Amino acid sequence: MLSLKQRRSLNTLLMGVLAWGVALAIFFPIFWMLLTSFKTEIDAFATPPQLFFSPTLENYTLVNERSDYLHFAWNSVVVSFGSTIIGMMLAVPAAYSMAFFETKRTKGTLLWMLSTKMLPPVGVLVPIYLIFKDTGLLDTKTGLVIIYTLINLPIMIWMAYTYFKEIPKEVLEAARMDGSTLFQEIWRVLLPMSKGGLAATVLLSLILSWNEAFWSLNLTASEAAPLTALIASYSSPEGLFWAKLSAVSTLACAPILIFGWISQKQLVRGLSFGAVK
Amino acid sequence: MKTTTLNAGPASSAAEPKQDSRQGGKRKTSRINRFMVSPSVLVLALWMVIPLSMTIYFSVIRYNLLYPGDNEFVGLENFQFFVTDFGFMAGMSNTLLLVGAVLLITVVLGVLISLLVNQAFWGRGIVRILLISPFFIMPTVNALIWKNLLLHPVSGVFAAIWKFFGATPIDWFSEFPLFSIIMIVSWQWLPFAILILMTALQSLDQEQQEAARLDGAGPWALFFHLTLPHLARPIAVVVMIETIFLLSIFAEIFTTTGGGPGYETTNLAYLIYSQALLQFDVGLASAGGLIAVVLANIAAFFLVRLIGKSLTEKQ
Repeated sequence: MLSLKQRRSLNTLLMGVLAWGVALAIFFPIFWMLLTSFKTEIDAFATPPQLFFSPTLENYTLVNERSDYLHFAWNSVVVSFGSTIIGMMLAVPAAYSMAFFETKRTKGTLLWMLSTKMLPPVGVLVPIYLIFKDTGLLDTKTGLVIIYTLINLPIMIWMAYTYFKEIPKEVLEAARMDGSTLFQEIWRVLLPMSKGGLAATVLLSLILSWNEAFWSLNLTASEAAPLTALIASYSSPEGLFWAKLSAVSTLACAPILIFGWISQKQLVRGLSFGAVK
Repeated sequence: MKTTTLNAGPASSAAEPKQDSRQGGKRKTSRINRFMVSPSVLVLALWMVIPLSMTIYFSVIRYNLLYPGDNEFVGLENFQFFVTDFGFMAGMSNTLLLVGAVLLITVVLGVLISLLVNQAFWGRGIVRILLISPFFIMPTVNALIWKNLLLHPVSGVFAAIWKFFGATPIDWFSEFPLFSIIMIVSWQWLPFAILILMTALQSLDQEQQEAARLDGAGPWALFFHLTLPHLARPIAVVVMIETIFLLSIFAEIFTTTGGGPGYETTNLAYLIYSQALLQFDVGLASAGGLIAVVLANIAAFFLVRLIGKSLTEKQ
C-alpha cells in the first residue's frame, strides 16, 4: 500500500507526464516544420515521414532565390514597426489622458474604441479596396501601415490604459508641482514607470501586425506584400516544395514566436482588453 | 474635472493668489488632456464612419466594376440576391459551424489543459511555452503546414499514423473539408484559451481550495463549485473575443481549400471576398458585408457589456 503522501507524489508525477505529452503534441506541428526545413525535398516527401535524415541548409539558401525572401521580410518589418510606432504615438497620449484625467465620457469612449474592433473586416473590404485603388494606396506599405495602425489602436490604448491605471496619480501630480512640463512628466515619470507594460503593448502590436493576413492578402500584390502573402503564394503546389515551404515558414515565424514567449504573461491583459490580468 | 473652477470670481482670486494659479494650471491641463485623446478618437471615428457609410451606400445601388454604368438605386435588391444566392445558406451554416465547433473545442480543452498545467511539475515553464506557441504562428503558415506536412493523404504525418495502425489514410481536405478547417483553426486558437485561462487560474484562492479539501470536498465538487465559477468570466472573455475573430476567418480558407469543394468550406467572409474581388460585384458584396457587420454586432454587444462591467468593477 502506498501512503497518502506517496500517492500524492505519484499523482503529481503522472499529471506532469500527461502535461508534457499534451504540450509536445500541440507543439508537434511547429517542431515538424522546423525539422522538415532541414530535409532535402526528397526526404521531406518520403513515406513514411523521416525522423532521421542527413540535415541540409540548402532550403534556406534556395528560399531567397525562389522568391526574394528579404524583399517580403523587409515589407513585414516596415509595416509592423511603422504601424506600431505610429500606433504608440497615438495610444500613449490617449491612454494617459483617459487614465489620469477621467471625465464622465472616459468609460464610454473606451468602450466605443473597443467596439471599432468588432467591425468585421469584410464589412468594409469593398470601400477600403476602392479608396485604396483611387488614392494609389493599393499594394503600398503606407496603405498597410494605415490599416494596421487603425485595427490595432484600440488594443494598444486599452493595454496602455490598464497599465497607467496602476500608477498612483500622486506621483504625476508631484512631478507637475515640481514644475515639470507635460512632456517631461510623460517622458521622465510616466514612461519609465510603465516601461514593462508599454514594452508588452509594443510586442503585441508587432505580433498582430506581423501575422495579419486578411488585409495583406487583399490589398497587396507583389510590391508591398509582407511575409503572410509570400507564404500564401506557396499554396499553389509546384513540384516538390515542402522543405522550402518549411524553411520560409520557419524564418517568417521565428522572430514572432520569440516575442510571444518573452511577453506571454503581459499579453493576456491586452488580448482580453484588460478583463483578465 | 471640476468645471466650477472656471467660474472662480475675481474676489477669491485676489484673496488667494496661490490657489488661483494652481486652478489656472488645471484649466490648461484639462484642455491639453482633451486634445491628447482626440487624435485617436478622430482616426477611429473616420475609420468607422467613412467605409461603413460607403458600404451602406453601395449596398443599395447596382454597382459592378466589370460593367461600369449609371449606378442606379435598387433598394434592397442586393440583399435579396445575396440572401437567396445558393452560397448564402452554405456560407451562413459554415460560419456558424466553424465558430461553434472551434469555440467548443478550444474552451473545453482549454479548461482541461490549463487545469493540468496549473500544478507544480518538472519543466512547467517550458510546457507553458510549448502550449501557447501555435497562437504566434501566422495563419497562412498554419494552414499550409497542416495541409501539406500533416494532413497530406500520402506523405503526411497523419497518413503515416493511420497506416501504422493499419487504417486507410484519409484525404482530409477532400473528404472532410470543413472538419479540416475546424481542426487547424482550433489548433491556432486553443493556445489563446489556454493562455487566458492559465493566467486566470493563478488568481484562484488557494486557501479556499485547501479549506474545501480539508472539509472533504472531492475533486469534482472543487471543480464545479470553486474553479468553474472562478473561470466564468475568463471563459466568457475567451468566447467573445474568439467569436469576433472566428467570424472573419479568411486566410486559412484562402490558402487551403479556396472555399471548396463547392461551397463546403465557404464562410461568410470568404463568400463576400469572392463576390467583391473575384466577381467584382460591389453592390452584392456590400450587402453581404452589412450582414456580416450585423452578425458581429450581435456578438459584440455582449462583449462590450461584459468588459464594461469589469471596467466599473475596477474603480
